[in-house]
Amino acid sequence: MNADPVDALVATAPDGIAFDDLHVERNGETYAYETPAESLTGLEEPELRDVAAASPYVSNWYFWHATAPQTDARWAFLRWLEGADDPVPQRYDALAEGIATEWGQLRVTVSLTEAGGRSYALRHVDDAATAGADLTDHDEPLDARELAKHDNDGAYRPLKTAPSLQTGWQFPALGPAELVEAVHAFYPATVQNWHREREGDLDVTHWHETVERQTGIYGVVRTWDRGEGYEHVNWVAEACCDDSQCLKRREWGYDEETDLDVDNRASETPGDSGGETARGGDGEFPRREPCSPFIAAARQWTKLEGEQSQAYEFELTPSEKEQVEAIIGAVAEGRSADIREADVYDGANRYRTRFLRAKLFDDDGNLCGVETED
Amino acid sequence: MEQALVIAAHGSHLNAESSTPTFSHADTIRATSAFGEVRESFWKEEPHFREALRTVDAEDVYLVPLFVSEGYFTEQVIPREFRLKEWDPELWDSDGTSADTATLTAEDTGQTVHYCGPVGTHDSMSDVIVQRAKSVTDDPDVGDGFGLAVVGHGTERNENSAKAIEYHADRIAERDRFDEVQALFMDEDPEVDDVTDFFESEDVVVVPLFIADGYHTQEDIPEDMGLCEDYRDGWAVPETVDDKRVWYAGAVGTEPLMADVVLERAAEAGADVSAAIEQVRGDAGETSAAGD
Repeated sequence: MNADPVDALVATAPDGIAFDDLHVERNGETYAYETPAESLTGLEEPELRDVAAASPYVSNWYFWHATAPQTDARWAFLRWLEGADDPVPQRYDALAEGIATEWGQLRVTVSLTEAGGRSYALRHVDDAATAGADLTDHDEPLDARELAKHDNDGAYRPLKTAPSLQTGWQFPALGPAELVEAVHAFYPATVQNWHREREGDLDVTHWHETVERQTGIYGVVRTWDRGEGYEHVNWVAEACCDDSQCLKRREWGYDEETDLDVDNRASETPGDSGGETARGGDGEFPRREPCSPFIAAARQWTKLEGEQSQAYEFELTPSEKEQVEAIIGAVAEGRSADIREADVYDGANRYRTRFLRAKLFDDDGNLCGVETED
Repeated sequence: MEQALVIAAHGSHLNAESSTPTFSHADTIRATSAFGEVRESFWKEEPHFREALRTVDAEDVYLVPLFVSEGYFTEQVIPREFRLKEWDPELWDSDGTSADTATLTAEDTGQTVHYCGPVGTHDSMSDVIVQRAKSVTDDPDVGDGFGLAVVGHGTERNENSAKAIEYHADRIAERDRFDEVQALFMDEDPEVDDVTDFFESEDVVVVPLFIADGYHTQEDIPEDMGLCEDYRDGWAVPETVDDKRVWYAGAVGTEPLMADVVLERAAEAGADVSAAIEQVRGDAGETSAAGD
């Protein structure tokens, strides 16, 4: 397409243009130009050029047809980011201020460029109010691959959609195709799966089908279905798929006919059986099948759950029992590192835990001296 | 029609550096502009094999496994996870080191996928091993007075794993560049533990045929060879072991010339990448033609 929006409009007019309330046609030697604001007919080409040069409808048409990536998912995502269902004047007013949207832990702000195009600023949602000067600038979308690798503490993030994205960076001005590439590097395939879902075309693969597919060292997971229903899958999903652990919204269930009973929304109390309100989370983009870390964890649970339970006898004070529960709770919620050193009122405090170990463990690390029996 | 390249690598749930060579080779190929799109994909990371194709717009995709040998991953896991309809290992008609390419359709996206054999068994991999020896010795003429050990995992899970190592060791030996060339293994005889027993030469370059540096190449093999007591102590290059100088190269997959092997695979499957191959070979300091 021509490099100039007006040239492009004139060149395309013979085919007819109808986009975002802009209508342009050529009738013989003259042109018709119509927007909600004005309806002009019988325009000579120079007149059309004058009208078009000043029209946000034309720069908008040009951006969406000549600048933005044209493939369905990318185009739809970029349209969604700026609320493209809104009329052009209203949208342009908002774009002048910048339209911000959250995508997982990403915050995308779309604004207009002088030429009527779009510029996309990308940063962590927690950095929404941080001064740009305090963030590290990036302009290469693939830098996102490295930013996505480690959390703020430097720990490796094997699951890209874990809510542990590091802060402190920004991409101040990406083009439309670059923005989608950066989003892909942070959250691979989320744009495509979100688009498929909007089109009613999301290919969900449920638990049963997923484990049936496994071979090699993961083949053992297939055996974790011993006519015992799907309670075990609920447990795995509660452990792994909660909004506090993964930002994707779980759309897979036990099988085609059977949803899980677990509610993965962060707003629900952990352990609640969701029943009719059960949902796979509040995330904007879907999880269409159990992921790779999930299957690896399920493999370990398949082995562990093959064991028979036994009765052990321990003597604990009521506070010690509650302390054990507090420690499990703190580890499960990833909160143990946040417990203050001197906060001995929290059962999962390090000194409290070391005291419990000193009192209750024997030299071999057995709780209350009770040996583990195989 | 625009052509796209998808690289399929193992990745890791535990090791952040496992993906680094994949990213690096993908970037090298991106810089040549030979493909409209270049996409990394992983078994253990994201984008996962299952969802890589849907992120690629091109209808025509060259899929190259960044794996060392032919076997479980290249014959079962990758075709299954990429949903390549009608895949059958017979389509490669391979003896274990001679996989070429097969053209298939992806079930979920309908894309045409040219599924290539792994980089590890391509003839040009021999060049990368030699290049690795040049890099680690910082000597473009390395060979005279040197032995070369090509190290692989072994046959524990896959007999083709050893075949690939022996294949390249034999090919490099035929060139008479090094005084001696030996294939060694972690899990079977001849074992890498006894590396110095297998060489007369005072200098031995050891090149592990692994894609990424990780547990095996940075912990296991250095300790087994006696480069160090504990991998955390590190080792010198060269390190003296049993009065021989051992030049330990680390994973061959980190060598920049690996990008060339990916391109060679795609070229043989019909991709138009000859200019890119010239460029990558030039930049990586290697000028000989593919596979000699």
